[in-house]
Amino acid sequence: MSKAAQTLELETVAIRFAGDSGDGMQLTGTQFTETATIIGNDIATFPDFPAEIRAPAGTLAGVSGYQLNFSSQDIYTHGDAPDVLVAMNPAALKANVGDLKNDGIIILNNDAFEGVMGKRNLQKAGFDQSPLDDGSLSKYRVYPVDITKLTLEAIKDCGLNQRAAVRSKNFFALGLVYWMFNRPLEHSQAWIDAKFRAKLPEVAEANQLALKAGYFYGETAEVFTHNYTVKAAQLEPGRYRGVSGNEATALGFLAAAELSGLDLFLGSYPITPASDILHFLSKQKHLGVKTFQAEDEIAAVCAAIGASYAGALSITTTSGPGIALKGEGMGLAAITELPMVVINIQRGGPSTGLPTKTEQSDLLQAMFSRNGDCPLPIVAASTPSDCFMAALEAVRIALRHMTPVMLLTDGYLANGSEPWKFPTVADLEPIDVQFATDPETYQPYGRDENLARPWAIPGTPGLEHRLGGLEKEHLTGNVSYDPQNHQFMTQLRRDKVLKVADFIPPTAIDGPDSGRLLVIGWGSTFGSIRSACNFMRNHGHDVSHVHLRHLNPFPNDLGEIMSRFDTVVVPEMNMGQLSLLLRANYALDVQSINKVQGKPFTEAELITAFTKTLGEEA
Amino acid sequence: MSVYPQLPKSDITTLTKKDFATDQDVRWCPGCGDYAILAQVQRVLPSLGIPREDYCFISGIGCSSRFPYYMDTYGLHTIHGRAPAVASGAKCQNPDLNVWVITGDGDSLSIGGNHLMHALRRNMDLKIILFNNRIYGLTKGQYSPTSETGKKTKSTPMGSLDFPYNPISLILGAGATFVARAVDTDAKGLPAMIKRAAEHKGTALIEVMQNCNIFNDGAWTFISDRKEKPNNELKLEHGKPLIFGANGEKGIALNSSMRPEVVDVAEHGEENILVHDETNPAMAYFLSRLTHPDYPTPVGVFRCVEQETYDSLLHAQINEAVEKTPGKSVQDLIENSHIWEV
Repeated sequence: MSKAAQTLELETVAIRFAGDSGDGMQLTGTQFTETATIIGNDIATFPDFPAEIRAPAGTLAGVSGYQLNFSSQDIYTHGDAPDVLVAMNPAALKANVGDLKNDGIIILNNDAFEGVMGKRNLQKAGFDQSPLDDGSLSKYRVYPVDITKLTLEAIKDCGLNQRAAVRSKNFFALGLVYWMFNRPLEHSQAWIDAKFRAKLPEVAEANQLALKAGYFYGETAEVFTHNYTVKAAQLEPGRYRGVSGNEATALGFLAAAELSGLDLFLGSYPITPASDILHFLSKQKHLGVKTFQAEDEIAAVCAAIGASYAGALSITTTSGPGIALKGEGMGLAAITELPMVVINIQRGGPSTGLPTKTEQSDLLQAMFSRNGDCPLPIVAASTPSDCFMAALEAVRIALRHMTPVMLLTDGYLANGSEPWKFPTVADLEPIDVQFATDPETYQPYGRDENLARPWAIPGTPGLEHRLGGLEKEHLTGNVSYDPQNHQFMTQLRRDKVLKVADFIPPTAIDGPDSGRLLVIGWGSTFGSIRSACNFMRNHGHDVSHVHLRHLNPFPNDLGEIMSRFDTVVVPEMNMGQLSLLLRANYALDVQSINKVQGKPFTEAELITAFTKTLGEEA
Repeated sequence: MSVYPQLPKSDITTLTKKDFATDQDVRWCPGCGDYAILAQVQRVLPSLGIPREDYCFISGIGCSSRFPYYMDTYGLHTIHGRAPAVASGAKCQNPDLNVWVITGDGDSLSIGGNHLMHALRRNMDLKIILFNNRIYGLTKGQYSPTSETGKKTKSTPMGSLDFPYNPISLILGAGATFVARAVDTDAKGLPAMIKRAAEHKGTALIEVMQNCNIFNDGAWTFISDRKEKPNNELKLEHGKPLIFGANGEKGIALNSSMRPEVVDVAEHGEENILVHDETNPAMAYFLSRLTHPDYPTPVGVFRCVEQETYDSLLHAQINEAVEKTPGKSVQDLIENSHIWEV
């Protein structure tokens, strides 16, 4: 702690790091997040980066950002607006200053604004003159710091050339912000050594020096009159770790495989933002996991079907464009009634859309994009750590009902992280799998009480049978074009999926059981909706929140719950897809709030919308 | 205790052709070449020493792809062109299965081209029987990627504009480790190829010249007809010279500009006739370029080489990882992170 500066305690702080792609902003943000979780803050993150690998340096297209919100209280979102903006160049400032709170703090890399380079950077960012000179930043507290110069000075003896040396400046920025928020350096210091010491010792040394230099700058430069601290949060007692949505998803499937005793098989094809799940599972071969990077999305789902046919717990991961390709395969899995999970990490659409931006516009695709009457159960995760339980739930449904299941998450959950009160896998509800073995009683399309057919895998003597995409005769599973049989089987497949609702627990309502306004959400809008509803209730407004994990079938009690409220509002990051399903299913009008901008709802947007709705009803 | 059934295998010593036939009516057109192929497969399988429950027949879409319904084994009738991908998943999950892919020229070379190429490239241990009738039969008579240029069909009334694939050249180019060709009605040649394919470890593909008597009758008469066969069929045998003709009087030699020529054996000298080598990739490709009517059509094994299979490499890698990091659980993985207690 500095002698020169006073330390003030804050409850919640949102910081946004922004720079050129390649400035290391994702790394900086991730490091700060990890340090904050070690201290025990509740934290939520929002990495925001472009689709291109490297846009031209200094341009607005190349700005990469990372926002994190950390708190001594329970928080649900990454923060509507940052309190602190760290801008490594003019483009980063231009792209982000509009979001900064009034009287917010800007720490900027002065070197990127000055001199010949500075002039070019300002031009590329669309500034006619430097914002440092024209008073346009007067409502903020601006701290220009010679980050590049000071970094180069600190590491001049490390033996790096100019290009390599300049790369360490993000650690200077990190060190400075660590000082600002009274954070320890140890975690990042250990990380730097682990990552670089063995292969690139000069880089390790440079990064260590830059980190410290940034920290000491804060302490000694007498630029800052005080720094801040955010205490550990009083979360529910238990053991915690940080986790991102994609990692939690992967861990959920690994846990499911362990609980069921089945071999996990992933058929996948690289696609943003799902590829990390393929990477992560590829590293778990010691757990017996088979990952197959197929030649395309269709091969990926088909290989998963083949593996399921042979007895694996099969999954296939992708994003919206991949689901479009997998449609025919999913239909095959549906009519052959093989268990598997198809995971859509949703992103901005349609078509190639916005690969690195979040959206939840694939719900109707999940419901309908197979030929024929082909319903599938749909499960959605609502927070990064919830991806674990959502994955498990998807597997339970797939195995219990012998059906492919769609699991929906999105880019915001996939890349975002938060503290996770992780479970003990051995204490989770077991998953009981029974393969068919008795030739006397076996019927390929026989039914149990859940309308599931038995799972007989190749290699089992006496149970030889054929499955396929043609319509099947009830019980025998032979190919059948019989009219009555087709009607019967279509209804049976529908009823099979509807039966999933018998296993959905009673719907949780946050807030009063009945009243003027019910907000129904699904997926990653959870954080924003929950924050907004808490705010509304704290200010005396009658608002309740239901967040659906099951989108198909809906919970059995949902209709009745909706009827207890005057108005139902559905905020979604799409053009009203859940709204359409609710209206169709319950013949009830709902108000749809739509945001399709590649980023989550802010708490403020929802508060405004809910207030307006209540006002209109008053 | 494994959740997977651990049951004793069924008796292989008493298996006959009948054991592989189902009770379903076979619905191919009378006179279709598919009947012969089905019969030969059912004849060969009992002799392979593999329990019936370990066979898996996986098909795509087409007349050929109805095949699994007529085999009393585990079978999966999948979607158009995708059988190799489905089969790859099944084989990777359980490498003890004996996995067969049944496909056609449309299914495997048109919509399924990509999946076929990659299965071959990976040397996935699958036995692929490609029924090539040079037409789309099930959808009633459109041209296929192996139909001749100028072929008049339902979708090409003024003649096909396409240049057809040379399937064997393409399949060799994809890196296949076993490639063979047989004629559907060849009661000696076809079962011999089925047996050799079954014995091969890795992707084994047999192109069967199959006659669709309804939509493309006579496509292969030049090699199936008893009278025309001797002059048009070149039987391949590893280590033996490339000779053909009713009395073995003709042979294939390379001329001075490295082009194949049909020569008279006596005149040319037997020592100058090319000798087949299943392990020589150039030989295999060269043979694939011998097409009717300029040359006799080679049947038999073009290429057979040993190479590691994807599925065995996959399992070896997993075993290596398990040995390196034994006894770990998912809990260990979850807790392999900074943990704090509240």
